[in-house]
This record gives sequence, structure tokens and C-alpha cells, in this order.
Amino acid sequence: MAPQLAITLVFFYWPAGQALYQSMLRQDPFGLRSRFVWFANFRKVLADPAYLNSIQVTVVFSLATAIVAMCVALLLAVMAEKAVRGKGLYRTLLIWPYAVAPAIAGMLWLFLFNPSIGSLAYLLRSLGIAWDPLLNGTHAMILLVSAAAWKQISYNFLFFVAGLQAVPKTLIEAAAMDGAGETKRFWTIVFPLLAPTTFFLLVVNTVYALFDTFGIVHAVTGGGPGKTTETLVYKVYNDGFVNLILGDSAAQSVILMAIVIALTAIQFRYVERKVHYG
Amino acid sequence: MATVDLKDVKKVYPSGVEAVKGVSIAIPDKELCVLVGPSGCGKSTLLRMIAGLETISAGTVAIDGKVVNAIGPTERDIAMVFQNYALYPHMKVYDNMAYGLRNRGTPKDEIDSRVRSTAKVLELSALLDRRPRELSGGQRQRVAMGRAIVRNPKVFLFDEPLSNLDAKLRGQMRVEIKNLQRTLGVTSVYVTHDQLEAMTLADILVVMNAGLVEQTGAPLDVYERPASIFVASFIGAPPMNLLALTGSSSGPMLADGIAIGFAAPGTQAVTLGFRPEDADVTFNAEALPGALVLPATVEAVEPVGAESFLHCAAAGSRIIVRVSGRATAKPGDQLRVVAKAEKLHWFDQAGKRVE
Repeated sequence: MAPQLAITLVFFYWPAGQALYQSMLRQDPFGLRSRFVWFANFRKVLADPAYLNSIQVTVVFSLATAIVAMCVALLLAVMAEKAVRGKGLYRTLLIWPYAVAPAIAGMLWLFLFNPSIGSLAYLLRSLGIAWDPLLNGTHAMILLVSAAAWKQISYNFLFFVAGLQAVPKTLIEAAAMDGAGETKRFWTIVFPLLAPTTFFLLVVNTVYALFDTFGIVHAVTGGGPGKTTETLVYKVYNDGFVNLILGDSAAQSVILMAIVIALTAIQFRYVERKVHYG
Repeated sequence: MATVDLKDVKKVYPSGVEAVKGVSIAIPDKELCVLVGPSGCGKSTLLRMIAGLETISAGTVAIDGKVVNAIGPTERDIAMVFQNYALYPHMKVYDNMAYGLRNRGTPKDEIDSRVRSTAKVLELSALLDRRPRELSGGQRQRVAMGRAIVRNPKVFLFDEPLSNLDAKLRGQMRVEIKNLQRTLGVTSVYVTHDQLEAMTLADILVVMNAGLVEQTGAPLDVYERPASIFVASFIGAPPMNLLALTGSSSGPMLADGIAIGFAAPGTQAVTLGFRPEDADVTFNAEALPGALVLPATVEAVEPVGAESFLHCAAAGSRIIVRVSGRATAKPGDQLRVVAKAEKLHWFDQAGKRVE
């Protein structure tokens, strides 16, 4: 048996199976007995307003993070391509944030924008903005998206720079002679040829925003204020490991797994059709 | 439709490399000018400067009498066929051809009729819905041509457009390009390193070397009266035979002490040349006044079919003689190479032609 298959079995199929099994168990308050309840946990979770709120929060957060991270990265990559001097330095500096751990990145943003001690929060307030991520849910979400996107920009930037370099220069020249100005050239030639890169990053960024942002959420807002920034992954953790409602938590992670599988399938089935591979 | 005038054009790269060192060419309306030279001679750089893809370090490029130095490629109204065709891989053949027209805001029905009529001329009508990767090399080349033609530009530029095709297709396309260019009557600049392509296509042939023009003229004039040793050896295949001369009291001599037997034009000539087809071989020993006679040993015979090339060792050099049909000589034969005096070319110390 191939070793990678063994690893997949031990680290994916076994825990996934366990989650599926546990999602159908319900424990008594003292954790002494478990009862097999079929889909009762799922029914309960899906009827829970807090869970539906969490889905909404996740959609907003993931979309915003993926869009911001990809747009900013593309803009920076295009500008890096145009840089005449200091190209290497510019790229290196832009890649560094990727080496920062999510929790550290979260803390960094938290400190900078903390209403009482944050230097940038002070700046915002002096500009007349009533900045308060500790009480205002929208502000908390903006802070969270900024931190999550900031971390992913480096990664996206790297791929966009490589993608831009793979666009043949003669195509740009041909388009220029065909009367296309710089903006037009970008949207009609460069951007379509970047599609494979953009599609790959769309998949990666969606999965990142859905799963890998736990550390950032935990460090920056902890799901608060209230439940305004409680994403699905954070709720799984909160219900399972903080509130110890293991059955609900397992049911939620199974739903999450289904969502990711469905999302990836949709992306490959429908979005990839529009992608042109060189 | 347009003339192209280059005046003392120079290109110096930021690294200090001087790729083009002052080139002046005047191309009349509707003529096809071929820039030919070895790689690195600056011909492609010159073409890219006409296109507006490279900045001009000094001198002026004028199209239709208007200096275009400061005008970008987008506004020059020039079409270019690239060596690798540079077709937009994500667009169908139709859209590849329509792209330039769309960018210039041509009405939709006019775009359609122009694309379709151009496709008909180039026999691309059946391929309009394909993408470039589904086409053969020759078809891609046609699409690249079509994309240039459909726009009806002032000037066509060709950057070695045939070098990616096989020999047979190249021959076909060469004729087609010539016919199209003549029918459309569009002033064209064509860059190649293939002297055969240059000879057959050009109205004006420009031979370049090391960033400078060696000679400009009609192809056959250049062939018959090469202005320098470089041109003599670059144009024509196989190249011109060149022999070094040493002066002596009794007149110019070849290496090995062979007297020429008649006077050289002037005293500066240090190199003598003749084309392979301007010489013949003989096994007889009779005197041949008014001709250059070289005792030679045949080293190799190349039969091509209609003609044969004899590679001989003579006067300390290797020379090539073209004989028509089947050669009777065999390797190892001793014979005499004869070239008529009026068919000889003379060059001075600097490699320039001496009349």
C-alpha cells in the first residue's frame, strides 16, 4: 500500500469516520453514558439560530477574506512586475508575512487596532472614526478580515507573480500593436491567461478562509463581540471543547466537511470550465 | 499608403551595449524591405524600434513623413507578424483577428465582413472557431498574417515569420507573403537571417552587420556587386570564394605563388573573390588568357541533382565550384579551376569593394 494512502487513512479517513460516528451520539450531562440518536444532533444544530448566524458570518468572512486577499495580491503583483528597480527587495518584503504564524498575525492586528492601546486605532479615532472592535460587530469583522487577508496576501502574491511572468511578453506586445491600451491589455490578455492561477488560488483561499483562520479568530475576537464573528470552525471548537457538547460539535464538523467537499466540487465542475490552460 | 524613413537611428541599451549604431534607410511606398544579417546584427532591434516596442536612443523614425519617435505602438497603426506568431491562446481564430478592429472601435458588422473576407483570402474560413492550440504551425502562421492584414495598417512588420516552419512550407509561405504584399500594396519591413528568403522577397535588400548597414540595394544588384567581403560571403549559397592576395614586383600573387596573369584594379586590392557559379573546372592544360586559372585538388563532391558542388583545395584555401548536372570529377582528382576576369570581385584591406 502506498505510504501516502496510509497517511490519508490514519489522519483523514479515521478521524472523519470518528466524527461521523460521534455526530450521532448524545451524552448525558455527566459524560457517563452515550446514546445513539441517529440524526437528532443534526436536526438540533440546523434548527439552532446561533448556528444559522454562524453560517452567515462564515459566508461574509470567507468571501471578504478571499476577495480582499486575491485582489490586493493581484494589484501588488502587477505593480511588482512594473517595478524597474528593487524588484527583488519588493518581492521579498511582500513574501515575509507568510512566515508569520496565524496567532501572531492576529495578535499583531489586535494590538495595532486595540481601542485603548492600539496606535492605528488612535489614528483612526483622530480621523473622526468611532473605532471600536470590542463592541461593534462590523468593526470586529473588518479587523478579522484584514488580519486573515493580510496573511494570505503573501501566498497569493507569490503565485500571481509567477503567473504574470508566465504570460509571454510577445502577446502583450502584439496586443499593444493591435491598439489595446494598458488597462485593456490587462483585462483582455493578461487576466484571462492568469485564469489557471486565479482558479487555483480561489480554491486555496476558500479553504483557507473556512478552516485555517481559526488561530486568527481565536486571537483577535474569540468570536465576539456577542457571536458576530463566530465562524463555523470557531463554533465547532467552542461547542466541543469549551462547552463540551461533543455530539453537536461533531455534527457541525460533519456539515462543515460536506460544505467544503460540495464547494470544491462546484468550483471544479463549473468554475474550471471557464479556465483556459495554456 | 505609407513610406518609412529611418534617419541615423541608434539604439543604446542601459547596459551600454550599442545594438544599432546609426542606420538610415528610406523605404518607398508599397515596397518590401528585407533586413538581413547574422544574429546579433541589430536587425530585430531596428524592427522593434519601427514598431515602437523599443525606444529610439537617437535619430528619427518617420512613417508617412511623420516622425513617430514619441508615439507608442498602440497609435502607430502598424501590424506585426511575430516569429512565434504571438496568437492569443484563449481566443478563437475569429477573435484573434477581430481583436485589433474591436480595440479601434470598428462597427460590429464591418468587423465581421472584414474578418470573413480576410479569412477567405488566407483559406482560414473553416478554422475561425478553433483555438490556436488546435492549429498546425502553418495554420498559426496564416492566422498571424490574417491578424495583421485584417486591420489594413499603414505598415507591415515581419520578424522572421517563417523560421518555425519546415523547409517545404517555408517555400510556399514565402511565395504567398510576396503575392499578398504585392496585392495589398502595403509597405513592409521583413527581418530574416535566411539569405534565400531575403533575396526572393525583397524589393530593397538591406544587409546589416554589427549594428550597421553594410549595403542597401535591389537584391540582384547586391548579389552581383557586393559592397564588402561581409556581404559577398553572407549573400549567396554556397558563399563567394575568397582568396588572399600578396603584392609583389610582378603584380599581385595568390598564396602558393600563383600569378594572376592580369592586372588587378588598383593597388589596394588584397582579396579576390568569385562566385561558385562563375567558375568552371577543366582537365585540359591549354592556356586561358584573360582568366584566373587555379590548379586544384577535388576534396568532396556534393551532387544536389540539377547541379553539383565541387569542394576543392586551391591556392591555400578551400573553394567551391558549381557545375551543372552530374559532376565528372571525383574526390582526389587534380584539375584546374577557371574563373573569367570580368566575374572577379576585388576587396581592399578594409574589406570594401575595389572597382
